[in-house]
Amino acid sequence: MKNYLLQLADNALILGHRLGEWCGHAPEMELDIALTNIALDLTGQARSLYQRVGELEGASSDGVSKTEDDYAYLRDVWEFRNVLLVEQPNGDFAQTIVRQFIFDSYHFYMCRALTQSTDEWLSGFAEKSLKEITYHLRFSSEWMQRLGDGTEVSHAKMQTAIESLWTYSGELITPNEIEKELASQGIGVDLNKIKPEVTAKISEVLAASNLTAPEGIWMQKGGKDGRHSEHLGYILAEMQFLQRAYPGQAW
Amino acid sequence: MKNEWPLWEVFIRSKSGLSHKHVGSLHASDAEMAVENARDLYTRRNEGVSIWVVASKDITASDPDDSDPLFEPAKDKIYRHPTFYEVPNEVTHM
Repeated sequence: MKNYLLQLADNALILGHRLGEWCGHAPEMELDIALTNIALDLTGQARSLYQRVGELEGASSDGVSKTEDDYAYLRDVWEFRNVLLVEQPNGDFAQTIVRQFIFDSYHFYMCRALTQSTDEWLSGFAEKSLKEITYHLRFSSEWMQRLGDGTEVSHAKMQTAIESLWTYSGELITPNEIEKELASQGIGVDLNKIKPEVTAKISEVLAASNLTAPEGIWMQKGGKDGRHSEHLGYILAEMQFLQRAYPGQAW
Repeated sequence: MKNEWPLWEVFIRSKSGLSHKHVGSLHASDAEMAVENARDLYTRRNEGVSIWVVASKDITASDPDDSDPLFEPAKDKIYRHPTFYEVPNEVTHM
């Protein structure tokens, strides 16, 4: 259960961090706010999940319980369980939108199914997050269409982004052992069940965006089990620097 | 020169029963995006329950040079203000 929650939390935290990197750099002021708004939604979700993991772990022998900061700032690369997609660099705006759209398509149907979890805390969490994610999916779907079906330049950039990120799309809807186990208990989401919905949504939006996904390519995986691309280390180096250099520092 | 998105005026209804109020403006490429941007820019602190956007170019404004003939005549007609009534203490929201 703990590791399942960490998978969900790490996806949200790392993608939230990536989106936060746009702060002050987005193509338009309005987009700057939109992206960081989504980042804050995701960071908030990660925070609730980490707090829940801390609750479940309970106090250690010295009577101290872990807080969300312990999970975010004091774990190393191999302890993170996020999918490879969310740690991929922002690239240009097209890369960010494609990454976001692929993740949102998974996130939305996963979260909707999670509202049916037999675990009361999880279903409540999903209920609340689904409203945020519904908006994320709407935002990224619309941008897929605007840019994919936009000018020649925007279309080319989007098509390149799809081709470079597609290899990370499979991991989202391929269950690992933890997900299989939790799904069989009715606590977690059965990814095989939501897979048709996720792929249908992606196909629908790609078609409307005049974009094509590569076919029959090798799908990368490993993030869920702690095997990451080189990028995660750099993210953590930046995200964790302060807590590592000045333990317990607060502001 | 940068090719900028058109300007939109944003109106927010802060709660049911009140009217939409002008809160500011933003850039967006079309009306749909304007609503989304307005949601992110102007309702992130729980300010509203409904959004209107209007393309700024579609707004017709009065001419500041006309302000005398337009507004001056109303100034000395204080009897048009409902200030001659005693409002009972029990009445709120006036």
